[in-house]
Amino acid sequence: MKRVQFEHSAIPYLFVAPQIIIILVFFLWPAAQAIYQSFLLEDAFGLSSQFVWFRNYEDTIFSDSWLQAAGFTIVFSAIVTFLSLALALLLAVKANEVIRGASTYKTTLMWAYAIAPPVAGLMGNLMFNPLIGDMYKFLNAIGWDFDHKLDSFDAGFVVVLISVWKQVSVNFIFFLSGLQGIPKSVNEASMMDCRSPTRRFWTITFPLLAPTTFFLMVINITYAFFETFGIIDTTTRGAPGGATNTLVFKVFQDGFRGADLGGSSAQSVVLMIMVLALTVVQFRFIERKVHY
Amino acid sequence: MSKVQLSNVIKTYPNGAEAVRGVDMEIQSGEFIVFVGPSGCGKSTLLRMIAGLEKITDGQIHIDDGLINDVSPADRDVAMVFQNYALYPHMTVRGNMSYGLKNRGMPKSEIDKKVTDAAEMLRIGDFLDRQPNQLSGGQRQRVAMGRAIVREPKVFLFDEPLSNLDAKLRVQMRIEIKRLQRRMNVTSIYVTHDQTEAMTLADRLAVINDGKIEQMGAPIDLYNNPETLFVASFIGSPQVNLLPVTFDGQHLVNGNLKLAGFSDLPNSKELVLGIRPDELSLDDNGQFPLRVDIVEQHGSDNLIYGGILGATDDGVEEMEFCFKTSQDMLPDLDSTLTLGFNAERAMVFDKTTGDRLR
Amino acid sequence: MKQWNWRLISTHAILIVGVCFMSLPVWVAFATSTHSAEHILRNGLQFWPGSDFVETYRQVLFVDGGVMKSVLGTTMLKNSLILGIGFAVGKVIISMLAAYAIVYFRFKLAVPLFWVIFMTLLLPLEVRIIPSYEVVAGLGLLDTHVGLIVPLIASATGTFFFRQFFRSVPDELLEAARLDGATAWGFFKDILVPLSKTMIAAILIIMFVVGWNQYLWPLIMTTKEENYTLVIGIKQIYQILAEGGELPQYQKAFALTILATLPPVLVVLVFQNWFVKGLVESEK
Repeated sequence: MKRVQFEHSAIPYLFVAPQIIIILVFFLWPAAQAIYQSFLLEDAFGLSSQFVWFRNYEDTIFSDSWLQAAGFTIVFSAIVTFLSLALALLLAVKANEVIRGASTYKTTLMWAYAIAPPVAGLMGNLMFNPLIGDMYKFLNAIGWDFDHKLDSFDAGFVVVLISVWKQVSVNFIFFLSGLQGIPKSVNEASMMDCRSPTRRFWTITFPLLAPTTFFLMVINITYAFFETFGIIDTTTRGAPGGATNTLVFKVFQDGFRGADLGGSSAQSVVLMIMVLALTVVQFRFIERKVHY
Repeated sequence: MSKVQLSNVIKTYPNGAEAVRGVDMEIQSGEFIVFVGPSGCGKSTLLRMIAGLEKITDGQIHIDDGLINDVSPADRDVAMVFQNYALYPHMTVRGNMSYGLKNRGMPKSEIDKKVTDAAEMLRIGDFLDRQPNQLSGGQRQRVAMGRAIVREPKVFLFDEPLSNLDAKLRVQMRIEIKRLQRRMNVTSIYVTHDQTEAMTLADRLAVINDGKIEQMGAPIDLYNNPETLFVASFIGSPQVNLLPVTFDGQHLVNGNLKLAGFSDLPNSKELVLGIRPDELSLDDNGQFPLRVDIVEQHGSDNLIYGGILGATDDGVEEMEFCFKTSQDMLPDLDSTLTLGFNAERAMVFDKTTGDRLR
Repeated sequence: MKQWNWRLISTHAILIVGVCFMSLPVWVAFATSTHSAEHILRNGLQFWPGSDFVETYRQVLFVDGGVMKSVLGTTMLKNSLILGIGFAVGKVIISMLAAYAIVYFRFKLAVPLFWVIFMTLLLPLEVRIIPSYEVVAGLGLLDTHVGLIVPLIASATGTFFFRQFFRSVPDELLEAARLDGATAWGFFKDILVPLSKTMIAAILIIMFVVGWNQYLWPLIMTTKEENYTLVIGIKQIYQILAEGGELPQYQKAFALTILATLPPVLVVLVFQNWFVKGLVESEK
């Protein structure tokens, strides 16, 4: 903190008040509600409710559909994170190498950041449309009996592809700025010590990018968990048969479509715990970064 | 024209660290006082307490006759020049200099006049509409001074203002600060760790060590008559030569060395003999055989470094001495010079307490 | 003769493939949007612009019932702009004030309040959708700009960003300002805000994009078509296409994706340097 600070009684409270009030009303209160409701069971008409302890948790979390969604979310997150990081790293390293056209490449690789996930979802959806979509026709033409409306693997493929496409640009921006943050003298020193560019990359550059990579991993997992809602909602909507349901999509569906308040709240609470875990991991890491 | 008085000023941090352990000082109106000491000795903390940027744990600070312990920095009527200048980066030079006056509600015409005058005096009149990042280090330094000058404060405070400049500019600005202070005759307190700056600028110098004033006085008095081992070794460049000795009744003894010409010293105590490098001289009857190790040619004079044969430093190595001589004295390396000194001018300290014994 | 530099060629080849992967879908979406519905249905996606550009976009933007049941494309565009700008500006103001209090003031509840702000990181909208909806509905804020924007602007990211930046501002600046007689509000207004200009610009750009792209919250908040943003329009057109009907208006769906994409992309491209700076700094 600052060596010298103002000392006033009321002014700082005035300054933080707007944010704190909004947080209390729109964050903490609803979150508390979610936790509270997760212990309640409403009757079919929503007229009365009773306290049922962990019944909602048992009912939803041990249900096949929740376990299926959890399994898909984990696999989906892992694949999306890995692919979008790998692709972005490759492009960033290459874009950092070239001199001619560097800024053009940079611009054309990063601008997709500005596209909203549901927009990307609809675009992708139309590309895979059986009536007009060239991707659909192309995949079938090369001998893949492709039908994402019926086959769960194919549906997963579509969702992963669109999610990766949407996320590459963010990772690219961070990797490129990470690469540019490596001091020139370090690169020059490594060029004198090691002839092979590939070896140089894995022994010098990549370790120096480790903080960026780790940070991006957390960001990407969060993205795959939450922000892909917009993509799922404009492509498969969990079809076929819930095979592409992510946990977040399921919360939304059960809560709004299915009107299962208690079950949906229980799922929300489980998600909160997952976010908490991710945040703890992230902060552990940040603290380490501070020390080194 | 104001005097500043510190009485038993103490600063203790919440974690228990004592930065200032009771300082008494009276600064006369128009005086130029320099706080000098190693980093972490508390000199900056003391200055910042006078500025009002640090709370005073105990004791009192008066400016003129007003107790200012609880007066806010803005109301103490002091101005400060910071080490990194702390210019407002988004304001022009004019904006930087007039900000304090605006906050005091001075009319615009008067502000303009004061800024123009100060800029004239500091020769930055041509830069008034530039931003700090368009200026060189020396120019920024002048703007920082200008910002202090226009306020016409009771006291100027300088917190190592020259340490971000290169060597040549530092000397130049040093002279300019001195000239300016003479001309404006404002009470000034200046913090530095550079003893040359301290010696050349100060009317009076306060050597601070471990949160206390070791000695305060005119620079040349501190050089000639240091009261403690710390002051003797801190003031003077090249540093004073120090030799651990004991007294056997007639001689100061170290290893094979027996130095005559001393009396009235305690027998049993460990002592330290201090001889300034320019107090040594070539003398065939001298008592120090110096094996030449390195010769530094500084132009008008040479510094000859080497080990004193026969003297031991805790039995491990020869003691290293420095001998300041004229430029034509160029001994061969590894040759041996015989050096003498004037026992009347040599200093003897108690090794444990650091007090001067003679 | 000049030697072929295979390494350089492969580097460019990889980058060009990457650029195509990232850009082609959007290009195809644009090109296809300029053809007629019949043409698309017969020939599939299009790689070159056709003749129906003006007609399609006129229908989508200005004609009643051209794309949605009643709302015009221009109305959705307006709603998106209000959301994007309101979100960005609100977030900057709220988070700068809070960060200023936290960094520059010594007050009793500083630490607990900081943790309250931190808590928002743990509570993304997705985990509290239904109760949040109930709160907004209870306050009578459904289908209002306030109800849409205010709950979104309180998250911690902006506050952390400015906190980080304020902490990097040299301490001496505040000290100098205090000796110059600046008050708490004076220092904020005269020194800190002007000093943060580029940071503010950077965060405004990012937050505009984030706000524009909001999906889940506007989706549950807006029930009336006249309040749809472009991104919500995407959902509706998906619905219409999925439900089938006579002739699927693919060109209008593509046009809508282009319209929803264009403003944020333009902002990012025009202010590229600020945007990258803001993005990279804000996540530190």
